[in-house]
Amino acid sequence: MSATSPSRNRPAPVPVPESEPEPDREHTPTGAFRTVEWRRSPPAWHRVAEIAIKVTALTAIVAIALIFVFIALESLPLFTSKLVHQEVTFAKMWLRQAWDGPGWAWQPTSGVPKFSILPLLIGSLKITVVSVAVGAPLGILAAIFTSQIAPRWLREILKPTIELLAGIPSVVIGVFALLVMATWFQRAFGFEHRLNALVAGCALSLTIIPLVFTLAEDALSSVPKSFADASLALGATRMYTIVNVIVPAALPGIAAGVVLGFGRAIGETMIVVMASGNAALVNWSLGTSTRTITATIAQEMAEVVHGSPHYVVLFVLGATLLLFAFATNLVAQRIVDRFRRKRGGT
Amino acid sequence: MPTAALPTKIEVQNLNVFYRAEKKAETQALKDVALEIRDREVLALIGPSGCGKSTFLRVLNRMNDTVPGARVEGRVLLEGEDVLAKGYDVVGLRRRVGMVFQRPQPFPKSIFDNVAFGVRAHGLTDKNEIVRRVESALGRAALWDEVKDRLEASALSLSGGQAQRLCIARALAVEPEVLLMDEPTSALDPIATARLEELIHELRADLTIVIVTHSMQQAARVSQRTGFFYMGNLIEVGPTKQMFTRPRENKTEDYISGRFG
Ligand SMILES: Nc1ncnc2c1ncn2[C@@H]1O[C@H](COP(=O)(O)OP(=O)(O)OP(=O)(O)O)[C@@H](O)[C@H]1O
Ligand SMILES: [Mg+2]
Repeated sequence: MSATSPSRNRPAPVPVPESEPEPDREHTPTGAFRTVEWRRSPPAWHRVAEIAIKVTALTAIVAIALIFVFIALESLPLFTSKLVHQEVTFAKMWLRQAWDGPGWAWQPTSGVPKFSILPLLIGSLKITVVSVAVGAPLGILAAIFTSQIAPRWLREILKPTIELLAGIPSVVIGVFALLVMATWFQRAFGFEHRLNALVAGCALSLTIIPLVFTLAEDALSSVPKSFADASLALGATRMYTIVNVIVPAALPGIAAGVVLGFGRAIGETMIVVMASGNAALVNWSLGTSTRTITATIAQEMAEVVHGSPHYVVLFVLGATLLLFAFATNLVAQRIVDRFRRKRGGT
Repeated sequence: MPTAALPTKIEVQNLNVFYRAEKKAETQALKDVALEIRDREVLALIGPSGCGKSTFLRVLNRMNDTVPGARVEGRVLLEGEDVLAKGYDVVGLRRRVGMVFQRPQPFPKSIFDNVAFGVRAHGLTDKNEIVRRVESALGRAALWDEVKDRLEASALSLSGGQAQRLCIARALAVEPEVLLMDEPTSALDPIATARLEELIHELRADLTIVIVTHSMQQAARVSQRTGFFYMGNLIEVGPTKQMFTRPRENKTEDYISGRFG
């Protein structure tokens, strides 16, 4: 049909002979007008809005790209600068050194500056793994309980309460960990150091729980009721239905929540600065003081001489963190995609 | 009438069902329904949309429990025992009274796992027995030939008609005594529909079937008795032949002759 269909220029209603009733037209007298409206090109503000959206999106992308470029440029001297090489090289950051004391050490301001990344990397991983190991199951179980088991009035209390956790400033959680949790843990386990990876990890899990909870709860409640009904009608119990039908169907959303939690934990700074003890040790014990990459950057960047080897190494730490976060996200995306594909047909 | 000799399987007495949708007043979906379902008969339920057929079906295996705001009064006696009684074993009831929904709802699992779902949910772990039940259920649902080479494929890869038969197989695998079917052919083409009707004939040998349908012809083809619902009331129930040739009530006659609905 062309745009110049007769209905377009319609000066007066066409008289319809009574012997030929048109039931369709009769019941929808506005039908003819509607077709005309559809044909009109979209108003000008559509164009404006479209351009505005494009510009905004582009700005965000450019900003992120600039951060990458900035970090890369500031890290580069590690590979190119003679001055930096007098104190540290890429290999020295990673390999065992013949220092007195441990072969891997982070002592950037001692007489012989020591820039091993290993103790910090181990520290970050220890605390992150603890926080995800504690926070993810709690968040998921809370989501299952809230969306599937709790009666409606309880759900309406629980959901906003847990989500409120996300709004607590991390410095508050840090104080709580430092003053209260550390004491509890000390009493319960009698660790070597009062502030340690376990305390920091558990405190950190408080920030992960609402994140995992929110995403998992969303995913679980959006599983169609008909799935659950089909299972119940087959004589499955409520619990069997949750475990075998509802949770598997919500798995991509739950997995996404866990991964976001991991990313949040590895990047979190304030809580670990306050609760981890900040000693850069190389061991896998949860009961010893621990220093993370983020805490190191936060505490040392302000005092460092611009352009010095220490400065450059801190940027390399930042780049490493970024790569880690990037890699985990990539892996996670893969996992989620695979789940999705499995759910759809073959 | 040979059907008259059949013993009663389910007896429904004074059934009233109410729904309360979000803070609004209660609406009554079923009014004082009394009906007897006989052992190994096919009972068809007909009536205009919204008259309460699905509601009635869901009461029989207490799937109405899952509807928030639904309230049920009356008695539903399954072999003499009131399934609506407090503390009645609902899970056990649903194992005896299976259900096939209007829209097929295969789980996002393999074909095999779909059919084995109920059996496993009941705690059966013997691999050979599970395989035997799955194969026999797929056979009875007339799906075996189409899927026997791809039991591990996702059930979501099946066509609509195959998915519906899969859901029937899934219900049959738990070996229920009664099968409730809510418009099972509404999503099927004429060939698949004919097959399903054939299947209902075969299943009658060991099952009691209650089928909701919008097709008068289908009711006439598959059922021994037919019940007519209208606005929450059971207007009339009787032998199918009689219902369609000389109904007792005027409303029934109006409906089956296409004057409304
Ligand atoms: N979950 C519910 N909440 C509120 N009202 C409901 C609910 N389910 C059904 N009803 C109401 O109960 C009445 C009977 O519904 P039911 O689904 O049993 O009808 P039906 O005969 O199966 O109709 P159809 O032929 O369209 O499937 C309708 O008026 C409907 O609006
Ligand atoms: Mg219905």
